[in-house]
Amino acid sequence: MTDFGFSISKSATIDMDAVDMELYERVCRQVPSARICMSCGSCSASCVAAPYSGMSVRKVILALQRGKDVRTMLSNCMLCGKCSMACPRGVNTRNLILTVCRNL
Amino acid sequence: MKQNVVIIGGGIAGMEAANQLQLLGYNPIIVEQESALGGHVAQWHKLFPDMSVARDVVGRMSKSIASTNVFLDTRVVSVKSSRSHYTLSLSNGVDVTTRVVLIATGFGLFDARKKEEYGYGVYDRVITNGDLEQWMNGCADSRIPESPRSLGFVHCVGSRDLKAGNNQCSKVCCMTAVKQAIEMKELFPDSELYCFYMDLRLFGKKYEDFYINAQRDFGVHFVRGRVSEVGEDIDGRLCVKAEDTLLGKPLKIHLDLLVLMAGMVCHPQTSKVAEMLRLDVGNDGFFKSRDNLANIQESNQDGVFYAGACTGAKTIPETLAEARAVALRIHSYFNNL
Ligand SMILES: Cc1cc2nc3c(=O)[nH]c(=O)nc-3n(C[C@H](O)[C@H](O)[C@H](O)COP(=O)(O)OP(=O)(O)OC[C@H]3O[C@@H](n4cnc5c(N)ncnc54)[C@H](O)[C@@H]3O)c2cc1C
Ligand code: SF4
Ligand code: SF4
Ligand code: SF4
Repeated sequence: MTDFGFSISKSATIDMDAVDMELYERVCRQVPSARICMSCGSCSASCVAAPYSGMSVRKVILALQRGKDVRTMLSNCMLCGKCSMACPRGVNTRNLILTVCRNL
Repeated sequence: MKQNVVIIGGGIAGMEAANQLQLLGYNPIIVEQESALGGHVAQWHKLFPDMSVARDVVGRMSKSIASTNVFLDTRVVSVKSSRSHYTLSLSNGVDVTTRVVLIATGFGLFDARKKEEYGYGVYDRVITNGDLEQWMNGCADSRIPESPRSLGFVHCVGSRDLKAGNNQCSKVCCMTAVKQAIEMKELFPDSELYCFYMDLRLFGKKYEDFYINAQRDFGVHFVRGRVSEVGEDIDGRLCVKAEDTLLGKPLKIHLDLLVLMAGMVCHPQTSKVAEMLRLDVGNDGFFKSRDNLANIQESNQDGVFYAGACTGAKTIPETLAEARAVALRIHSYFNNL
């Protein structure tokens, strides 16, 4: 095929009809508190890995709800558990991270 | 002889004020333009935060004022004011003279057709919060499918919207959306529910518990982002677009039913009543209180008072508290004459 030197960008739109929530639902069954995250960001703000790696429990939960890959983010977690302490909704964040890893 | 107090508006504000005024020894006279008492609450199904049955709440209030003079299907046509009295001519031919007029005309539900991009009145499966309450009360609504698989709730329709002419937050609709989402999940357990919000303003007692329950026990999905447009597919399903502002990405979804959280705006009669009694109206279209801190129930006219949602969006407990307070305020007004 002739290379014209340009391409079509992939749409960034999240198509909620096509999102696979299977992993999110499976994780929620094992860690029910994951459902009550209110996206406040306390977890990420207190996370020691966040400033260097972009790790964020808030973003992990959102990514699961939108069917996005979370592997890169999770690989930066040190499982220190600080985020659990900070979460005002009592989301069992450390357990959530471990559960996601086990289900991947 | 008992002193008259004319109450314009027989919603919960007018009814509760009438009840208290009667207990204080006055002769309240309610002028209600509709054919029944209860105002908006009479149209709702179950009320947050206790899920009380609205019909029972209104019924109990009606009973407490069973001996009150009530003119239904009646409007005030004109007002003559002398130094100490107002004479109101009513549409039923009756003239009433009174020293005190209580305005309890409430609010109007925002006309969702004005937000054309949401397709209310255009697409078959777009309804409002008010429509849903009435459907739950047993009114048939052909727009609501028999077994919807996916339902959306659009927050802030005609509220927090400069262009729609209503800058303010309507206060009750975040909570109404969460309540209605839970009720719909109970009716349709296999459906998925989505709330599209900018901020969740769940300020009242037990409101946050509803939010947590909606997430934990009913799996309601909360998407932060205002719905920007709604389209309709060839098979009648709705295609809803919003930005997922937490992710910073556009998002689209097909839904079987969309419920618009129409806001609380000023009652369409406000300017007419204001003109007759020479009352000030604020830039939000609601009656203007003397101030919004300590004198919400006072108007710019001697002997004219306010209660309830005629001065701005209010919940039921707020409305009732004002109605009780204004009865005492009127009592001290008479005592100081
Ligand atoms: C969708 C929705 C759901 C809600 N659910 C809840 C809930 O669950 N819990 C809660 O706490 N709050 C709820 N609210 C808020 C609640 O409806 C209001 O607090 C309440 O209706 C205010 O009562 P009101 O008497 O001031 O006004 P209204 O209910 O508006 O009553 C005003 C009355 O005055 C009459 N009137 C107006 N102008 C004239 C005139 N010129 N002459 C004669 N009569 C006139 C009207 O016909 C009406 O009967 C809800 C609001 C909305 C929009
Ligand atoms: S457990 Fe992981 S996500 Fe939580 S604070 Fe520690 S490094 Fe950050
Ligand atoms: S601190 Fe808790 S509630 Fe807040 S974003 Fe993190 S997990 Fe969610
Ligand atoms: S209560 Fe919620 S939905 Fe209603 S106007 Fe305020 S923020 Fe919007």
